[in-house]
Amino acid sequence: MGRYVVRRLLQMIPVFVGSTLLIFLMVNVMGDPIAGLCGDKQCDPATAAQLEKEFGLDKPVWQQYLTYMGNVFTGDFGTAFNGQEVTELMATAFPVTIRLTIVAILFEVVIGITLGVITGLRRGRPVDTTVLMFTLVVISVPTFVTGLLLQLLLGVEWGWIKPSVSTEATFGELIVPGLVLASVSLAYVTRLTRTSIAENKRSDYVRTAVAKGLPRRRVITRHLLRNSLIPVVTFIGTDIGALMGGAIVTERIFNIHGVGYQLYQGILRQNTQTVVGFVTVLVLVFLVANLIVDLLYAVLDPRIRYA
Amino acid sequence: MRGATHAKWVACATAAALTATACGGGGSASGGDTGAVLSSSWGDPQNPLEPANTNEVQGGKVLDMIFRSLKRYDPETGKAEDMLAEKIETSDSQTFTITVKDGWTFSNGEKVTAQSFVDAWNYGASLKNNQKNAYFFGYIEGYDKTHPENGGKQSADTLSGLDVVDARTFTVRLNQKFSTFPDTLGYPAYAPLPKAFFDDHEAWVKKPVGNGPYTVDSYTKGSQMSLRAWDGYPGDDKAQNGGVDLKVYTDNNTAYTDLMAGNLDLVDDVPASQLKNVRNDLGDRYINTPAGIIQTLAFPFYDDAWNKPGMEKVRTGLSRAINREQITDTIFQKTRTPATDWTSPVLGEDGGFKEGLCGDACEYDAAAAKKLIEEGGGLPGGQVKITYNADTGSHGQWVDAVCNSINNALDNDRACVGNPVGTFADFRNQIGDEKMPGPFRAGWQMDYPLIQNFLQPLYYTNASSNDGKWTNKDFDKLVDEANAETDTAKAVAKFQEAEEVLRDNMGAIPLWYQNGSAGYSDRLSNVKLNPFSVPVYDEIKVG
Repeated sequence: MGRYVVRRLLQMIPVFVGSTLLIFLMVNVMGDPIAGLCGDKQCDPATAAQLEKEFGLDKPVWQQYLTYMGNVFTGDFGTAFNGQEVTELMATAFPVTIRLTIVAILFEVVIGITLGVITGLRRGRPVDTTVLMFTLVVISVPTFVTGLLLQLLLGVEWGWIKPSVSTEATFGELIVPGLVLASVSLAYVTRLTRTSIAENKRSDYVRTAVAKGLPRRRVITRHLLRNSLIPVVTFIGTDIGALMGGAIVTERIFNIHGVGYQLYQGILRQNTQTVVGFVTVLVLVFLVANLIVDLLYAVLDPRIRYA
Repeated sequence: MRGATHAKWVACATAAALTATACGGGGSASGGDTGAVLSSSWGDPQNPLEPANTNEVQGGKVLDMIFRSLKRYDPETGKAEDMLAEKIETSDSQTFTITVKDGWTFSNGEKVTAQSFVDAWNYGASLKNNQKNAYFFGYIEGYDKTHPENGGKQSADTLSGLDVVDARTFTVRLNQKFSTFPDTLGYPAYAPLPKAFFDDHEAWVKKPVGNGPYTVDSYTKGSQMSLRAWDGYPGDDKAQNGGVDLKVYTDNNTAYTDLMAGNLDLVDDVPASQLKNVRNDLGDRYINTPAGIIQTLAFPFYDDAWNKPGMEKVRTGLSRAINREQITDTIFQKTRTPATDWTSPVLGEDGGFKEGLCGDACEYDAAAAKKLIEEGGGLPGGQVKITYNADTGSHGQWVDAVCNSINNALDNDRACVGNPVGTFADFRNQIGDEKMPGPFRAGWQMDYPLIQNFLQPLYYTNASSNDGKWTNKDFDKLVDEANAETDTAKAVAKFQEAEEVLRDNMGAIPLWYQNGSAGYSDRLSNVKLNPFSVPVYDEIKVG
């Protein structure tokens, strides 16, 4: 087990270097970011040159990348164009997005798995058909439509919530945005759980457990659910990364100042430091989430052993 | 440590929010409460909030509240009026003696003196401070030493043209005659700065201190700034409300929704998609007034295909092929007005705005357009590509409409196509690299309400914003003469002559004047936009 973890951690290094390099190059290809700083005017050449020197943009790209990576390892993610340290931006943005992700994941786990178990056990019944139809609708409607509709209905028409999230972004304010963010994944989780449960319901070990005379509740939670959750856990694990980085649309609709907002603004202003910094952290989150998912397999399924 | 400071910010913001609601509650009872706080939409300023480093409207909004300069542009007429200046005297239009009024202080108690101005201007003009508005000080003697061009080394820290005479007087020597120089001094870049700015710069940028009617109460970068009325403000434009909470919105649609839900008081950027509904939604709480912004199409004069003799006919032809009326009506819902000169209506007749100066050249006439383009030798390469940035401002829509109009006028489906560029920075970059394949979007927001500002920076040979590199000896000569003229009316007449040269050569196609628009909640009254399309916050009444 220990050796497996070490090996996986070592594998992360090339993935990490490769992905940051790619992002770095992509942002660089977009051209000189200084040009966008002076509004609809030409920056005066002397100031532009001075700024380029300050941000290290006058050096060749490979050298910029090496300096940047060197700084990252000492915890220095550089400075954004508005004079703020990127680490400072992260300190304000990540807590907000993490809260949003927690709310979204909770929705996925609680509602998604519950619905999945119910429909899986009652396959073909009206409940199953209704939920299946419902998930189909959720999957086919884009997030921004769901988001704007809920915002308009709950926020303006009925006045149940505030249409936008305040600076503090408390859990209470994030319930609706979290639901919107989770909606599509929630539908997938329901469908995945349903299929998995329906399949395993007919397996030998369930029949044995029933034959042993175990209570139905115990059969479902200990035997059926535990074995059926493996694909679902994989999905939710990878979804953590996707939810954190992919919240751009939801964060924009509800005016949440999280990671998505910083990334969006960073890309618009071609702010290499912000974009690469945030993406680097997201890559790390993704890698760690994947590792944890793999380790969870062993917990859920005793047949899986890592060496 | 970081966690602790963060928590403190949150606590501050909550406290501010609580007082805000408390004040708001009291306000509605009494009606027109000077203690009530309003909330307003905002965008994250692109640059640190230093006066000489802020060149976009979001940062400018804040500077307009926390600073007062020598002059101030009247929110209604746009005329430059004395604010901190007691008098500005000159005998030769080149050396100016400026006297600062007595009794002004910064909100931290420090006196505003001649030195406060000289220090601030020297800071702004010094290359090593990376100030993006440095070129504003380019007319002052010694600028070439503090801000050398083309990679030269900075050989002086202060402008030799600035001299402090006594506590309230200083002199400014310019490197050329510039009769309207005093009228430029209302621009925020010329604001005075307190000692705290230089002594502890980092702390100042976190929480700016100025001499305007508002003080910064708390500032959470990227999300909110709370400004409160300053009780000790000595000017006569004291704030009529208790303060303003500026809230950052990523999407102006969300801000608009928040206004509808009563969660926000003032939106100064009504999204294009809502223009159709806004009158229904807000009634007379929607304002739409002219702003000092003109949109034009510039040409790449560095490209021979667009610069050879005869092309002026093609350019004029293109201008006549654009049905401005139709586009401003249908796409912009009359929030823009077809342009008939190269300035802006906010200047007023006396200031140099001349309706119809463009004449026939800006009037839609398909037959004349077709004829002119044929006479001029046809479109270069048989097609024009209009380049624009696709990331903001729904430029795609109007470029397509302009192209449609040109295609219809010329009976050729392929005469004009749009050429979108992904981001604004890349767009600016390609312009800087002189890589435009044809006409491109050029917008100009005035720095100060003078006809000079609409012409010289844009069309003078090698001027700072002459992106198309248009050059014309007659034009340059007339501008020089106008600047040397001490009589304002005569100077304006000269500038208009220069504008006629611009028209005859069609150095750029004027498209439309842009309006500023805003919507507000029923808590507010007396909401106005100034000629820079910024709400006049100090005059807003709450309750």
